[in-house]
Amino acid sequence: MGTSVSLIINGKTVTANIDPRMLLVQFIREHMQLTGTHIGCDTAQCGACTVFVNGNAVKSCSALAVQFEGAQITTIEGIAGANGEMHPMQAAFKECHGLQCGFCTPGMVMSAIDLVKRHGNSLSEQAIREGLDGNICRCTGYHNIVKAVQQGAANMKGV
Amino acid sequence: MNAPEKAQSAIGASVRRKEDYRFLTGGGKYTDDVTLPGQSYAYFVRSPHAHAKILKINKSAALKAPGVIAVYTGDDTAADKMGGLPCGWLIKDVKGEPMKEPPHPPLAQGKVRHVGDQVAVIIAETYNQAKDAAELLEVDYDVLPAVVDAVEALKPGAPQVHDGAPNNRCYLWSLGDKAATDAAFAKAHHVTKIDITNNRLIPNAIEPRAALAHYNRADESYTLYVANQNPHVERLLMTAFVLGLPEHKVRVIAPDVGGGFGSKIFLYAEDVIVTWASKKVNRPVKWTADRSEAFLSDAHGRDHHTHAELAMDKDGKFLGLRVKTIANLGAYLSTFGSSVPTYLYGTLLAGQYTTPAIYVEVDAAFTNTTPVDAYRGAGRPEATYVLERIVSQAAREMNLDQAEIRRRNFITAFPYQTPVALMYDIGDYKSCLDKAQKLADVAGFPARRAEAEKRGKKRGLGYSTYIEACGLAPSNIAGALGARAGLFEAGEIRVHPTGSVTVFTGSHSHGQGHETTFAQVVAARLGIPVESVDVVHGDTGRMPFGMGTYGSRSIAVGGAAIMKALDKIEAKGKKIAAHLLEAAESDIEFKDGKFTVAGTDKSVPFGGVAFSAYVPHNYPLDKLEPGLNETAFYDPGNFTYPAGTHIAEVEVDPETGVVQIVNFSAVDDFGNIINPMIVEGQVHGGLAQGIGQAMLENCVYDQETGQLLTGSYMDYAMPRAADLPSFKVDTHVTPCTHNPLGVKGCGEAGAIGSPPAVVNAVIDALAPLGVKHLEMPLTPERVWRAIQGKPTKVA
Repeated sequence: MGTSVSLIINGKTVTANIDPRMLLVQFIREHMQLTGTHIGCDTAQCGACTVFVNGNAVKSCSALAVQFEGAQITTIEGIAGANGEMHPMQAAFKECHGLQCGFCTPGMVMSAIDLVKRHGNSLSEQAIREGLDGNICRCTGYHNIVKAVQQGAANMKGV
Repeated sequence: MNAPEKAQSAIGASVRRKEDYRFLTGGGKYTDDVTLPGQSYAYFVRSPHAHAKILKINKSAALKAPGVIAVYTGDDTAADKMGGLPCGWLIKDVKGEPMKEPPHPPLAQGKVRHVGDQVAVIIAETYNQAKDAAELLEVDYDVLPAVVDAVEALKPGAPQVHDGAPNNRCYLWSLGDKAATDAAFAKAHHVTKIDITNNRLIPNAIEPRAALAHYNRADESYTLYVANQNPHVERLLMTAFVLGLPEHKVRVIAPDVGGGFGSKIFLYAEDVIVTWASKKVNRPVKWTADRSEAFLSDAHGRDHHTHAELAMDKDGKFLGLRVKTIANLGAYLSTFGSSVPTYLYGTLLAGQYTTPAIYVEVDAAFTNTTPVDAYRGAGRPEATYVLERIVSQAAREMNLDQAEIRRRNFITAFPYQTPVALMYDIGDYKSCLDKAQKLADVAGFPARRAEAEKRGKKRGLGYSTYIEACGLAPSNIAGALGARAGLFEAGEIRVHPTGSVTVFTGSHSHGQGHETTFAQVVAARLGIPVESVDVVHGDTGRMPFGMGTYGSRSIAVGGAAIMKALDKIEAKGKKIAAHLLEAAESDIEFKDGKFTVAGTDKSVPFGGVAFSAYVPHNYPLDKLEPGLNETAFYDPGNFTYPAGTHIAEVEVDPETGVVQIVNFSAVDDFGNIINPMIVEGQVHGGLAQGIGQAMLENCVYDQETGQLLTGSYMDYAMPRAADLPSFKVDTHVTPCTHNPLGVKGCGEAGAIGSPPAVVNAVIDALAPLGVKHLEMPLTPERVWRAIQGKPTKVA
């Protein structure tokens, strides 16, 4: 058993011989020990597993690792600055209390950054609410997530 | 009534959370993130049937599958004399007889009683291997008729879930004075009647449950990492009642936990089985639920059918309330399943009102469904829903304004003894209502309604003036009512030689932000920066024995324990300072982080006293032990009674039945507030779950086969961002009179107050069309049917 796969995770090239059934999220969590990417539903509904693949948000629970040969993967661990300073979106989530238990948070932050990349820095409440349709949070009622995304988007100008 | 003063400056500030950096950067450590050397993986084989006899299990093919280490069934647990999962609350029925407590085996013993019931566990080298082997386990079932609805279960001839519970009845329980209530109805000017369902919910914390157990043969000790809200309770129940292990040899760690909402209070079969199996296979054993398992095996919430009657005089003054509820307990008694529809429900039926006579009966049934237990609010949302729906209906029948009927009946003098056992210490219901009406701009509602009417839309306004009993609980009272555990909390303040502090609390944070709030409490009291205080929780190996987090109890009970420990720190600090300052102990004052000789400028900072305690060169060693480390246990004198007014404004499209919440306003009285930002966040989250229940969420079983029809996020409608409005929230403060912080708790209020506000608003909107009643959730189909005058009870 085993298939070789080589991908770039948070800027680091990784080659491994894996079970071909291994999901991208399992590769990230189990093989790379990057446990910030979470599994909330394993059916691509809740979005806790959201990562960037070549710059686009992807739900890593519903894709096989071997599909991503040569791809650039960015996880929540890969978006802060070199000295650990938070990305503007991460900082906005803290400032606006956009998280409680923290479990959906990494996926939520990744989706929010993706939203800004796709729709720009000036986002209406409705655009944010609709844009986060693929991410479920059970703690916050989304009220402060919406505020955080608005603030994070504004602070991402020029980043 | 001495209301505690709102204390020092760090209290009341929206301090940004200390825990957020790790959660935002991927540094959280949840149970499934923990990996131990040599770890194996468990996969549970679950019943595909709601009710069946197990005729035979053949393990041989599964045992031969690649990577399989062991396969265990109920025969193996029985051979090791494993006990059943215990119920933590003994209810006595109307005749004083104990409830029926049929066994709850961790692995099925000859019979399965709900879809998802645990039949066997496969342990393998990898998760996929365990899951593959599960396909090879041969189980022969003799499928039996199933019953999933509690009303049906109590009828003669229904399938019997347990031999030891005739007619599927666990108990018939009552509270209140029946004769006095009957007398009140006899003199009533008008009686309002209602039949309502409180829809069954599935908690759905986004972190699925997980457990990782490790047995260390060298010292015969166990370590269990588990997604749990109360690790000491988990350990006590597991060691004393199920596995018969020495408690001191078991360490339970609930690390970062991704939401609980009640569903992670309970001792579950999987936690027990992986712990037991880790010794059998002499390897760490990890189990993590997938979402489908979570739907099938996490304890569900609510599921009541109620008939209620409210007697009034000619002015709409409440004279009596009569309630009959049928509660679904599921297939087995979950840890606190028996207490939710009784003492957490019936006791709340007075609400904010002076109703002098109340009588409630609860008929609790076993069914072939997942066990039902506490879910955010636990009994209190069910009581509030009954009461606030019937009060609004009464207002319509009496031609009174929704707010006016409430005002006429508000309790205004405290303390107030209700006819259903509780003694409210304090509250100010009228001010909350006034403030909420301003926040919701009730004055402008008629104009908004008229404007909507022009667009063909129906606007409505709905009220809910709720109360809850939190801060569980005075242990002696709870014990007298059947609780099989204490309900105190523990806190330890460990001052380090340089004056920084580690706090150990028995409370557990799974989103509530204790690491920040509790640090604020300690920092304010000791006059040190919040950054100098760390809070440790969730580890029986580190904290004193505590009871954990549920029932909005953390700050009211856990915070009080910390305050008691701080009293001891301050008292000892004064003795040390008196020695250092060569003054009498009675002359020492402690304020703003300094011990001062009263009336002088002689002082020593808190850090100086701490240093002296650990480097006791100049120290009264003849009279005082070195060190500055104090533990306290706090048992509350009463429940706390958060209360408030929630007002929903909705707009309904009568053509499609689509309901939009255009405004939601909540004014809550949580007593003193430590961190307003965190409190608002708790309210938001509760509102989302309450509005979710009212508008979207519904657990549905197939009535014949007992299959769960809403077993994924494709079928169970979780509220998503676009389903919810922004909320307007505010507070009104009457400090709790009996705990040192004057706090009441805020975790559940949103989920308790909001469902009736939403439903009342929709009924208000549609009343001109003849709609008098609606059941949750308010799906467009149901609402449309109601508008058409068609039956609304659709699956």
